[in-house]
Amino acid sequence: MAPVLLSNEPMNFDQYQTDGFYDELFEAPGKPRPCAALLIEKLRAMGWDSIERQQKFAEAELLEMGITFTVYGAQEGTEKIFPFDILPRIVSAAEWQRIEKGLEQRIKALNLFIDDIYHDQKILKDKVIPREMIDSSAGYRIQCKGLKVPKGIWIHVTGTDLVRNNDGNFYVLEDNLRCPSGVSYVLENRDVLKRTLPKVFQNMKIRPVDDYPHRLLNTLQNLAPEGVQNPRVVVLTPGSYNSAYFEHAFLAQQMGAELVEGRDLAVIDGYVMMRTTKGFERVDVIYRRIDDDFLDPTVFREDSQLGVPGLMDVYRKGRVALANAPGAGVADDKAIYTYVPAIIKYYLSEEPILPNVPSYVCWEPAQRQHVLENLDKLVVKAVNQSGGYGMLVGPHASQEERDKFKDLINANPRDYIAQPTLSLSRVPVIVDDHLEGRHVDLRPYVLYGKGIYVMPGGLTRVALKKGSLVVNSSQGGGSKDTWVLSEPGKKKS
Amino acid sequence: MLSRLADSLYWMSRYLERADNITRLIDVNVNLMLDSPLEEDNEQWSPLVTTLGDEEDFKARYNNEATRENVIKFLFSDKQNPNSVYSCLQKARENARTMRESISNEMWEQINSFYHMVQTYAHKPLDDDDLYSLCRRVRQAGHLLVGITDQTMAHGEAWSFIRLGRMFERADKTARILDVKYFILLPKVEDVGTPYDSILWTALLKSAGAAEMYRKKHNLIHPDKVAEFLMLDREFTRSMRFCLIHAEESLHFITGTPRDTHSNAAERQLGRLRSELDYANIHEIIKSGMHEYLDNFEAKLNLAGDALFATLLAIQPVPGFPVIKRNEQ
Repeated sequence: MAPVLLSNEPMNFDQYQTDGFYDELFEAPGKPRPCAALLIEKLRAMGWDSIERQQKFAEAELLEMGITFTVYGAQEGTEKIFPFDILPRIVSAAEWQRIEKGLEQRIKALNLFIDDIYHDQKILKDKVIPREMIDSSAGYRIQCKGLKVPKGIWIHVTGTDLVRNNDGNFYVLEDNLRCPSGVSYVLENRDVLKRTLPKVFQNMKIRPVDDYPHRLLNTLQNLAPEGVQNPRVVVLTPGSYNSAYFEHAFLAQQMGAELVEGRDLAVIDGYVMMRTTKGFERVDVIYRRIDDDFLDPTVFREDSQLGVPGLMDVYRKGRVALANAPGAGVADDKAIYTYVPAIIKYYLSEEPILPNVPSYVCWEPAQRQHVLENLDKLVVKAVNQSGGYGMLVGPHASQEERDKFKDLINANPRDYIAQPTLSLSRVPVIVDDHLEGRHVDLRPYVLYGKGIYVMPGGLTRVALKKGSLVVNSSQGGGSKDTWVLSEPGKKKS
Repeated sequence: MLSRLADSLYWMSRYLERADNITRLIDVNVNLMLDSPLEEDNEQWSPLVTTLGDEEDFKARYNNEATRENVIKFLFSDKQNPNSVYSCLQKARENARTMRESISNEMWEQINSFYHMVQTYAHKPLDDDDLYSLCRRVRQAGHLLVGITDQTMAHGEAWSFIRLGRMFERADKTARILDVKYFILLPKVEDVGTPYDSILWTALLKSAGAAEMYRKKHNLIHPDKVAEFLMLDREFTRSMRFCLIHAEESLHFITGTPRDTHSNAAERQLGRLRSELDYANIHEIIKSGMHEYLDNFEAKLNLAGDALFATLLAIQPVPGFPVIKRNEQ
């Protein structure tokens, strides 16, 4: 079908400029990529007015559904809708296959690495990674030394941040191995988009993501102590004021699991129990969405009100399972990140399929020197912070900010890495009455149970501010639905 | 079910029912005052505050000026009044938020849009046109929510806690509404039996959502019959007796104790109070004093509520294990 252009319709797709960036949907202005051709054709047929109308409809749906997050540092109880743009981001089948393979490989290697670090430390003895890097890592938990985790799996749920550079290749930006959030937005975005653009959805051969909660439940049940028939899985949340509370509740609901807070649990006679209207009942698997530090005040932070005293002891005895395992954060330290290619080679004897973003470790004097001399060109990141906090985007920063980071780096070189400012790929976003390109990243979610499952899709985060490279929701980012195609996008014949 | 969840379900439901009752009171009083022979500056608004038991707070913060504007603001949008419609919706939503996985998505969406609707009204001065549509919308939203709850939740333990909360709250509010009519709205002796008196009684029935049902059963407005209908009717959904019968049913479903027996203080207190109503006689009540009777009823209902908390919502604390913080009544 030839595109129908109504006479009163501004030809937004043809006016859309890629501005020299890698665009996820367009090869060149007016020329869609093969995987996006059918999408663009369908959107053209819809007409601009209905696109604008459907965008508003989607926003109203999200407010109605109460899909909001809490902003820290802002006024008490400030809830915001996570901004959502209805135009999807598309990943072709071939590209996805590579991402899938690359993530499987990476997760497998990282899991072996964590297990090694808490047991034999072969990789340190073989001097592939300097021992100081581990000892000084904020994610390393000496309390986990010698810990035997169920089935040898430490990182059951991960969300790896990928970015695409101007060269068209995907790079791994961060491994999130502790409590990565955002997967609920993937599921809700898809849900809203199916309602918003049902016609566009048809015949696109988009791989479904809806079975994620079911797979997550399987992954968690797989960890239950031996001999437990119908394991009771709970989701442990810090409470309704946590910024990711919506997600905790959502996942518990979708899995049919109880959503518990620390105060609902207690260790009694060597087991973790939850208090119910019928007395205390045993808990077998805890999908915990609180940090290691808060899990158990008798082992980690004493002042924690969120955890369960005695939990770690029960865990060590194999009478309850935790996902992810405590201590896993040692492998998502941003300085350890720079060693991941070496980790993959060391444990798997394979070349990494997905490359890292080239990084400078400020801890190494020569690299530090280079970083300090090129602060105006680099992105500097604090190794133990996430969410876009503790970050310097050199080219966009003021001299003052750069000087501040110079002092910070000199004072604590171990705490910083630097990366070249990537030219992140862009996607078209609806801005008022036209389209503009905005930078995006991609966070696919990976489950490690009986096998490794990479969810075909993920969270596409969009930096909504013009020119901005920071996609975090706490910094004004939004999101899009991510379509992974099951076969190369073809035009309808 | 988690005790904390049971507590949240119960209180969410009570707050929603409370918002509904307060809105009815406002609505009916607006109508009543339009029919009233009283001068505008003499309008009767303070009885509403008295009914709800928040007189002290009102007096302190509004100089005891019970004008129409002040009372409506206090009862509807005042954030500092823990029992304003706005506060009730906010607390109901907060409770719902802490247990989103236990209530259906449809319920959450309705509570959420209910809250957003009330919030938009709560942030602007209300003129008369607003007030009418507001009361209508709040009632409709409340009904919709009850319907959604009944249709989208399994009628199991969680649903029973919701119904238990609704029935407790409703029994309490019906008792209060009746009480106020008897002792504050009561017109001068010479008005008794006049058309104006009939208007007042009808207004009372309306504020309990009972006018049409009453007419179907008794036709003529007669004070004793009205009181009997609101207190002792077995079938009318807002009568005190109906509420207790259904509260008791929910409670026994939750505990599994057979009806007409009891295995804890909550069942005993509630069962005793229900059977008092079962065998009560309206003429005896009026003779011995309506106000005393209702006052006594509210006190016993509170005791049953306390027993409910002790029995189901709190469990003997384990050493080093904090006691659950309870919602405020």
